[in-house]
Amino acid sequence: MSREKILAAVKANQFSHAELPDLEILSSLTNTNDNLVERYTTVGSAGGSFVYEVADYDAIKAILQKEFKPGVKIISGIRELGDYTFVDDVKHDLSHSFADVELCILASNLGVAENGALWLTEEQMTVRVLPFIAQHLAIVISKNSLIPTMAQAYQKIGQSEYGYGAFISGPSKTADIEQSLVIGAHGPRSLSVFILT
Amino acid sequence: MSSTATKDHPQLAAIFNRDEPRVDWHDETLWWVRAKRDIAAHKLPEWELLRETASQIKNNVLSNLSSYLEQFEANAIKNGVTVHWAADAREHNQIIHKLLSDKGINRMVKSKSMLTEECHLNEYLLQQGIDVIDSDLGERIVQLAGEPPSHIVLPCIHKKKEEIGDIFHEHLGSAKGESDPKILTETARQHLREVFLTRRAALTGVNFAIAETGEIVICTNEGNADMGAHLAEIHIASMGMEKIIPQRKHLGVFLRLLTRSATGQPITTYSSHFAKPQDGKEIHIVIVDNGRSIQLGREDFRNSLKCIRCGACMNTCPVYRKSGGHSYHTAVAGPIGSILAPNLDMEKYADLPFASTLCGSCSNVCPVKIDIHDQLYKWRQVIVKAGYTPKAKTLAMKGMAFTLASPALYRAAGKMGRWTFKYAPFAVNNGANPWYKHREMPKAPEQSFGEWYAKRKDQHK
Repeated sequence: MSREKILAAVKANQFSHAELPDLEILSSLTNTNDNLVERYTTVGSAGGSFVYEVADYDAIKAILQKEFKPGVKIISGIRELGDYTFVDDVKHDLSHSFADVELCILASNLGVAENGALWLTEEQMTVRVLPFIAQHLAIVISKNSLIPTMAQAYQKIGQSEYGYGAFISGPSKTADIEQSLVIGAHGPRSLSVFILT
Repeated sequence: MSSTATKDHPQLAAIFNRDEPRVDWHDETLWWVRAKRDIAAHKLPEWELLRETASQIKNNVLSNLSSYLEQFEANAIKNGVTVHWAADAREHNQIIHKLLSDKGINRMVKSKSMLTEECHLNEYLLQQGIDVIDSDLGERIVQLAGEPPSHIVLPCIHKKKEEIGDIFHEHLGSAKGESDPKILTETARQHLREVFLTRRAALTGVNFAIAETGEIVICTNEGNADMGAHLAEIHIASMGMEKIIPQRKHLGVFLRLLTRSATGQPITTYSSHFAKPQDGKEIHIVIVDNGRSIQLGREDFRNSLKCIRCGACMNTCPVYRKSGGHSYHTAVAGPIGSILAPNLDMEKYADLPFASTLCGSCSNVCPVKIDIHDQLYKWRQVIVKAGYTPKAKTLAMKGMAFTLASPALYRAAGKMGRWTFKYAPFAVNNGANPWYKHREMPKAPEQSFGEWYAKRKDQHK
């Protein structure tokens, strides 16, 4: 068995124990909660997201109605945005059947100001492929769910259990052709972030 | 690859250098990426502490790797993931082939994995009648061109958009002469979407594997790893054993460093954490050694296993920028590749540690503080002692040692050299002298320091 052979070789060659460093300094150095919405908006926009500050769900509906024509396939994971197909009603459908989704709307409970990333677990996605296969993605987050850096993000995630989770920081993109940035590689062509204030 | 296998770095670099405007363009493009890295790094006052912390976490990982691997395996199994172990490239390829053939699968989609490049998985599977399509845009481009990636983060950085347009016209039916990156990317999007929707198996790499939770983290900007993995029945993740980090919270250090170092972005678009398979689907993780346990035992070189594959050392390297990734004739090019490859085959890659000016810029930008240029220097000594240096260089060095050992010979040689530089520079500065391929010599002085000093002493008597 290669397993035993490999582990024995590693054990024989690894050196004396080195301690893990303390992460406390890094997290306290970066733990400033001033202007989180402003910081998030600046970085998120630079990463290609459309960031909106909104007062309530009606404001979100108004923006979405302007941006998306009636009749396109929209799936919502948020009860308050119930005009669209609710994700729980289609969660047993084959993942491939979402290939024609125009817009997917999901919620996040954790947003990172330093890089624009929003944390979503399978619980919020319901179907893992949804935030990737949709042509456009919208994510709703409360202002109070924004934190400064990834150091605080993982403190908040802690030991929670999930089958799958992802930080999503913008629309799908690539710069593989001569380093020119192109939005809309394989995943959503846009990410709209709604910050509920 | 086979045509380049017998050529060494200087010979392959000479081919790349035939097209001078392209070399300048390549050089400037990568330097621009390096500049973006600087801007991103300088925005964080705690940057140096982050690097130091990351380096220390990796020290801890490498000093306890066997127990972390066992812990990771146990937790992954608890999550419902199947774990495989591969001692070398051959076993890695065989495991993947078996997983596919057991399910009767003969087509697979693959996101970026330098490990599968190292193992030459695509070629192997092709021989077994299995078709592999690379889904990262840059990798798809080089795959269609029949070339290996030239950079670990920017696989087709050596290609001009017009060449990519020609490739897409031939293989994907884009309009002839079309070279707009937006239109070419859209062409690839349509082509690959069909691939994602029809492949039952998806292979991905692994950026980080968390011992504490058994989950793996995969970072992409395009979303191609997720599109492949979530739509397939079986997700196979190929992972070098050094990808382990102890706890989930350590991602809060590495994810802050990775893309800032790579492209100057604050984070990739997607940082996906795979813990458990979806209902009715499978995740298989293949943990690969392929020489890593040997490298772990080389005290001078074990730090190379800290690498998180950001590519910063390539972007900053004056030799890489001007010689191109393919001149390194190995899966991972540039400074980091040059300290990893000799571990796998010292004779085949004996030239690579010499493909450096030892300027140290690679070590300065490395997010996990690998002493890359020191290791390049140390590899040179190991390689010379093992007798793997080119014959001409060995002879020249022996002649040099003989001359320097005798004061009379040294003086005579110096005089001859100065005369030659002054009256007959063509005798040395010509194609027959390989020294001049790399260097320009200074103007020769009228006299040596020794001669000047002797004369001065006479005058002051």
